[in-house]
Amino acid sequence: MSGDNEEPQTAEETSVDEKGVQDKMISPEKSEEAKLKTRYPNLGNKPGGSDLLRKRLQKGQKYFDSGDYNMAKAKIKNKQLPTAAPEKTEITGDHIPTPQDLPQRKPSLVASKLAG
Amino acid sequence: MAGAGGGNSDVQWCFSQVKGAIDDDVAEADIISTVEFNHSGELLATGDKGGRVVIFQQEPESKNQPQCRGEYNVYSTFQSHEPEFDYLKSLEIEEKINKIRWLPQKNAAQFLLSTNDKTIKLWKISERDKRPEGYNLKEEDGRYRDLNTVTTLRVPVFKPMDLMVEASPRRVFSNAHTYHINSISVNSDCETYLSADDLRINLWNLEINDRSFNIVDIKPANMEELTEVITAAEFHPNQCNTFVYSSSKGTIRLCDMRASALCDKHAKQFEEPEDPNNRSFFSEIISSISDVKFSHSGRYMMTRDYLSVKIWDLNMESRPVETYQVHEYLRSKLCSLYENDCIFDKFECCWNGNDSVVMTGSYNNFFRMFDRGYRQDVTLEASRENSKPRSVLKPRKVSTGGKRKKDEISVDSLDFNKKILHTAWHPLDNIIAVATTNNLYIFQEKLN
Repeated sequence: MSGDNEEPQTAEETSVDEKGVQDKMISPEKSEEAKLKTRYPNLGNKPGGSDLLRKRLQKGQKYFDSGDYNMAKAKIKNKQLPTAAPEKTEITGDHIPTPQDLPQRKPSLVASKLAG
Repeated sequence: MAGAGGGNSDVQWCFSQVKGAIDDDVAEADIISTVEFNHSGELLATGDKGGRVVIFQQEPESKNQPQCRGEYNVYSTFQSHEPEFDYLKSLEIEEKINKIRWLPQKNAAQFLLSTNDKTIKLWKISERDKRPEGYNLKEEDGRYRDLNTVTTLRVPVFKPMDLMVEASPRRVFSNAHTYHINSISVNSDCETYLSADDLRINLWNLEINDRSFNIVDIKPANMEELTEVITAAEFHPNQCNTFVYSSSKGTIRLCDMRASALCDKHAKQFEEPEDPNNRSFFSEIISSISDVKFSHSGRYMMTRDYLSVKIWDLNMESRPVETYQVHEYLRSKLCSLYENDCIFDKFECCWNGNDSVVMTGSYNNFFRMFDRGYRQDVTLEASRENSKPRSVLKPRKVSTGGKRKKDEISVDSLDFNKKILHTAWHPLDNIIAVATTNNLYIFQEKLN
């Protein structure tokens, strides 16, 4: 007999009696999970774990490390020697940008539209 | 049901103002990223993705319209942060303003802290409404007079001029965060403040910008063992030694700075027990706390996770005392919300002045209010369609079942690109500021 008999009423508390019923009904969350697993069968078992979190921590990273950066720089140098392309090609998918290529992100000199 | 607010269930909300461009083509820089009233409610600050801060000031109540509280008009606007590229770490540093926090007013000037992912800045906003005129040795345009022509002595006098509001950065607090800053909070001692990133919390003195103390560090020795990150942190409103921080696993830890210099051992840990049978792939993601806010009284704190708002009594760690469902109908849409990344949206929440009502945003430009005393809740919408001056907002309803009543909107028709992540409540009156993607709505209580 625990002291938890008088529980404060919360808005969405399920009582012990309903648990039996719920076991028979698949919860919406579980059916959504099943949907996801059929679409992405390779999805890892620890979703909230390291992978997701590390992706979050690495937001904004352009190069993995200085080796990556130097490799990219070297590749670009080698590429540029044989073909003297007069115009700069657009930076797309397979071209790893170097600091020189990165468009200078100019600070916005335009006033906020909230102040307009 | 008319509305919810102020402990009086008859509060009705009216449209007051809307700021921002009408066009649908939203520039990224214009996306509002934070909204905050100052301690008196006279000033309302917004920050955006372009690193700009806009401050609105409430006009004094006019005698002509006693039934309406003053309007908010632009007071000052400035570029707080600029984009940077950290070449050493190969990191692009966004100029987006993550949080703004006002300092309590001590003199004629106003001070606020604004932060992006890496740097916190203290801004001084001051008014200039007079200037000296009649210099002895200078002409009005600044040129020095020929001394031979100076025959009399005169003393400059201060003459009134058009009000000029100047914003100047007084302190820049940088290089203290390896990870992305998600919160700042000013201590009740008005001398210190904390800044929190994904893994660490630092304590600063407002006067000293070249030193900060690390007070929480949850970085594991081996990053492979990382299981949770810090999502929000706040100082207690009147106990200067107490602060809380929330995590991506749905726990809140309360720390007492008197216990030790490094508060890695929490004084209290608030966590609702989870039913292991209900655990799913989504459980941890939707339990991640996106915001934590103390009540004004300091007795309670509120947390926001993906689907609900929870009120915790600081004296009880085992479970929240109140739980409010914001949009429970989304539980059966979690698969698609995961695919379109909406499941990671970070909603904020806020208390009204006397802690009787709480508010948070949702999708389709809906926002929700929960009246704790009257156990009522209401869904309202911020849209240009309801933007006639002083028009009363009609409660909205999302239909979950098969039968959709007239005026209800079905879950599948909700626009998940129209999210209200940031809301703020005036500290004293029933005035609220609600930010849609790029517009700021101000609603007021209907006064008769």
